[in-house]
Amino acid sequence: MHGQCGLFFRTYAGEAQLFPGRFLKISMLLFFAALCLAPWAMNKYLVSILCLINISVIGAVSLNLLTGSCGQISLGHGAFFGVGAYSAAYLANLGLPFLLVLPGAGAITALTGMVFGLPSLRLKGIYLAIATLAAQLILEYVFLHWDAVTGGSGGMALDPPSIFGFAFDSDLKMFYLTLAVAVLCVLAVRNVMRTRLGRAFVAIRDYHLSAEIVGVDLFAYKLRAFGLSSFLAGVGGALWGSYTMYITPEQFGIGLSVSYLAMIIIGGLGSVIGGVFGAVFITILPELLNFIAQHAGAAFTDLSGALLAMKEGVFGLVLVLFLIFEPEGLANRWRLVKSYWKLYPFAH
Amino acid sequence: MAFLEIDNVTLTFRGIAALTGVSFTVDKGGIVSLIGPNGAGKTSMLNCISGRYTPDSGSIHLGGRDLLAVPAHARTSLGLSRTFQNIALFKGLSVLDNLMVGRHARMSYGLLASILYFGPARRAEDAHRRRVEDVIDFLRLSPYRHHPAGKLPYGVQKRVELGRAMAAESDLILLDEPMAGMNLEETEDMARYILDINEEWGMTVLLVEHDMGVVMDISSKVVVLDFGRVLAEGPPEAVMADPAVVAAYLGGEDAVFLGR
Ligand SMILES: Nc1ncnc2c1ncn2[C@@H]1O[C@H](COP(=O)(O)OP(=O)(O)OP(=O)(O)O)[C@@H](O)[C@H]1O
Ligand SMILES: [Mg+2]
Repeated sequence: MHGQCGLFFRTYAGEAQLFPGRFLKISMLLFFAALCLAPWAMNKYLVSILCLINISVIGAVSLNLLTGSCGQISLGHGAFFGVGAYSAAYLANLGLPFLLVLPGAGAITALTGMVFGLPSLRLKGIYLAIATLAAQLILEYVFLHWDAVTGGSGGMALDPPSIFGFAFDSDLKMFYLTLAVAVLCVLAVRNVMRTRLGRAFVAIRDYHLSAEIVGVDLFAYKLRAFGLSSFLAGVGGALWGSYTMYITPEQFGIGLSVSYLAMIIIGGLGSVIGGVFGAVFITILPELLNFIAQHAGAAFTDLSGALLAMKEGVFGLVLVLFLIFEPEGLANRWRLVKSYWKLYPFAH
Repeated sequence: MAFLEIDNVTLTFRGIAALTGVSFTVDKGGIVSLIGPNGAGKTSMLNCISGRYTPDSGSIHLGGRDLLAVPAHARTSLGLSRTFQNIALFKGLSVLDNLMVGRHARMSYGLLASILYFGPARRAEDAHRRRVEDVIDFLRLSPYRHHPAGKLPYGVQKRVELGRAMAAESDLILLDEPMAGMNLEETEDMARYILDINEEWGMTVLLVEHDMGVVMDISSKVVVLDFGRVLAEGPPEAVMADPAVVAAYLGGEDAVFLGR
């Protein structure tokens, strides 16, 4: 019996594919088939978690493009997400169809992101982080006080999205919609990262002086990173608003920004698949802790209160342990596992 | 007008002059070496040409175009590329991608093509990959093609940086101490590469180098800088025989400089 050991390509295009190799193509196909069927075997609560994961994937992957790949730290991603949600609500209430609301919310958020990305020409690292923190606070203030557009502290209501008369009015239907959009966003970012644009982003992150020498216009490309990342965040926010059907300013606070940062750090900075892993992990972790607290609580009734109280602490602890033992993120672990199986059983 | 023409360039840092009235020319097709003791202003001169520093006065013309009127990132498309004294690679990118970035200014497909990766982007990537592979073969980098550049040995990183500058297929390539820190064998390889870049790839070379053996062997012309001023300019043998040059080197702590 002989099998192929390793992967060989006859053309450059073959090597540049997103899923090189038949094994990976088939695995991805099977995974997606399973993912599409899974909700039918799940209760409403579990399906709602899947929806949240899909939306978080968009947020994390888009932040990873800006922060992980282009090196521009943003503490305002949660607020950009909010701009998407509010834009969607505003446009939808104007009577625009969902298929226009989604890119429209993205475009408005992209513009907002580019305006708040302007300081990145001069500021780097921690200073840029502070500037984007200011963006977060300013936008939160706008959400709260621009009553005419945002409804102020009362928030805004949205109808479930409908496309050509088909209303996505259940968790199950929303699951497919959010999945489709998330997949499109992830593919878009993956494509960007294997072309001229993505390489320029990483060049800026790794050595901005050399980037300039090879002909990258630093300012224009940083703005593009802000624009693209915010566009996707806006799309994610629009989905979030349409899914929850009610948005208020506090949903888009600094906490959301920080949890997106946590996702990309845990998942792996600068890796698209890392953003996906991080989003899944950070969304599931609190639910998992809830689950454990409830079931352990049933067995030891006097413990349940203490366990629930400890949940937040455990969440933090898990994050810290992750940073210590998996500093390069889940994406790196995934790469190691993959290369182990690729060569299995011949560990060269 | 010469291919590269430096005219009366002065550069100061908070009142301290790094370059004072520097003028010299580089003819098309030559290998011109810029030498001088540490701190003479060699790197500063390259930085003025590539656009990292802006001279206080003077002018720099490449192929008749006024370089100082053009921002640094746009000078690449005028046919200029360079390497740095301290390795300045994109550490997180593979060797292949480092070289592909080197061709950034030569690619032009747009945002939408990037996102969708259809027609123009796919074709351009494929075509540029072919050109980059030529550079990879030439510099014998194929074993490292998919390795992150930051994790390679020093000598290989120096080669990758040369490759990135070559990938741009520029008319003029600026090399800032490409042999620094290399052993004898690597130095010989590098000298060979520079000669081939000049002869076979048709690039004009402006080289900053401390290794006098190499400078004497491969240069068509030598320019000596000392304390930010041009001390001598001409064919290698003539410059080395110049009493002013001998005095400058023998007089100072850089006596070893000519010792090879
Ligand atoms: N960014 C800067 N700020 C202040 N002074 C500078 C700067 N860059 C260079 N200088 C000064 O300008 C002078 C010339 O420096 P430069 O780096 O050009 O020398 P060099 O000839 O390349 O030396 P070496 O052989 O050590 O590389 C030095 O005195 C240096 O201290
Ligand atoms: Mg120098």
